[in-house]
Amino acid sequence: MSVFWAICRQHVVLAWRGGHATLAVAFLFIGVTLMPFGLGPELALLQALAPGLLWVVLIMALLTSLDRVFQADYEDGSLDQMLLMPLPLEFVVLAKLLGHYIALVLPLLLAVPLAGLLLNLAPAHLPMLLLAMLAGSPALVLLGGIGASLAVSVRRGGLLTVLLSLPFYVPVMIFGAGATKQALAGEIDEARLAILGLISLASLLAAPVAIAAALRNAVR
Amino acid sequence: MLKALENISAFYANPTRFMKLAARLHAPLWAVALALLAYGLFRALHVPEDYQQGETVKIMFVHVPAAWMALFGYSFIFFASVTALIFRHPLGHVAARAAAPVGATFTLIALVTGSLWGQPMWGTWWVWDARLTSMLVLLFIYIGYIAIWQAIDEPTRAARTAALLAIVGFVNVPIVKFSVDWWNTLHQPASVSRLARPALHADFLYPLLIMGVAFFALFFALTLTRMQMEILRQKLRVRRMRGN
Repeated sequence: MSVFWAICRQHVVLAWRGGHATLAVAFLFIGVTLMPFGLGPELALLQALAPGLLWVVLIMALLTSLDRVFQADYEDGSLDQMLLMPLPLEFVVLAKLLGHYIALVLPLLLAVPLAGLLLNLAPAHLPMLLLAMLAGSPALVLLGGIGASLAVSVRRGGLLTVLLSLPFYVPVMIFGAGATKQALAGEIDEARLAILGLISLASLLAAPVAIAAALRNAVR
Repeated sequence: MLKALENISAFYANPTRFMKLAARLHAPLWAVALALLAYGLFRALHVPEDYQQGETVKIMFVHVPAAWMALFGYSFIFFASVTALIFRHPLGHVAARAAAPVGATFTLIALVTGSLWGQPMWGTWWVWDARLTSMLVLLFIYIGYIAIWQAIDEPTRAARTAALLAIVGFVNVPIVKFSVDWWNTLHQPASVSRLARPALHADFLYPLLIMGVAFFALFFALTLTRMQMEILRQKLRVRRMRGN
């Protein structure tokens, strides 16, 4: 188990040193800033569109970083070493994705309330927005990991990762933005939150297996 | 029965034997597909006008079978991929790869004809209705599958990666369908079902079923031809490497 945490810590430290979190958060704010230029500065309109826009920007910020999660290890040969470790590859994958979640998604989630305020969400809406994103974001990382692992041997696989991951994001997006929209009406949408949690749990069980299979296949 | 199937499948694992069989099937399959297509189209163009939809109802005879084949095509890719990964049948990857552009084209046909039909009926070229949207997502899944084959140079790795994607994507399709249904529905419910009596008059039902069978035959004719091409391409590659 100590190997698990060591891999996780290494991923967090490397991402932190590389300034990945700063870049992703900056990307999030740039994305949000572009929206009023396209849609007009009317506050009522921005508030109505905010749930969907925030989810889209979050997904984009995440996807721009996900393609490198396994690719760096694939290119420098670390992946071959990981296959030889006593820890099953499924858990190595899980450790790396957990590290990715801590290093990248948590800073993004911290930035989302501020981005929400820029889009005219009231402070009362923010807890529900965060709750929905907390329930859905594990699935985003795990499912995006599938896309990243399938494209791991492709040079400049970033666009391919996005293309492969987005169909998996449709359900998360629907229920996540849906729950956030209900928050605007002042309701707590337990059904959608429960489904989001279910999708995250199911991906937690299925994604590491699929990712490990894809990675084994890539180094063979 | 199962044993017999196993024997047949093992017999045709040899590409040369399969090519012999394919060469024999090729012409009859195309003949059946084209004859059915001609007959089905003839019948479809002579149905009475619908009292609400007028002439535009005839789009249905292309639209609905194309949508059937879009879904069937992806299931075909899934089963071929499973056969290749689990039973290691060498033709599985070839069949899955050959079927992908065919299925994707049927998906595109369903979307385009749906759009052409939607314009006079719903007053707009595109609506974000549940079924249209899940068909669009299916098209993206097809494109991702084809892109994997093109992006990875090494043939065996490309094959195994694509098969993995096909399997994971197959699990994803019903989940997308369910969530999109939750999200928005305006499309008319399915009117041809095996469980209940179809809500479609016989004048429309028979041409539709003929077109369905014709598209089915067309799918297999196209896929078989593409499989033959793929095997020839592999042989050519080997010969080139040998230098003769």
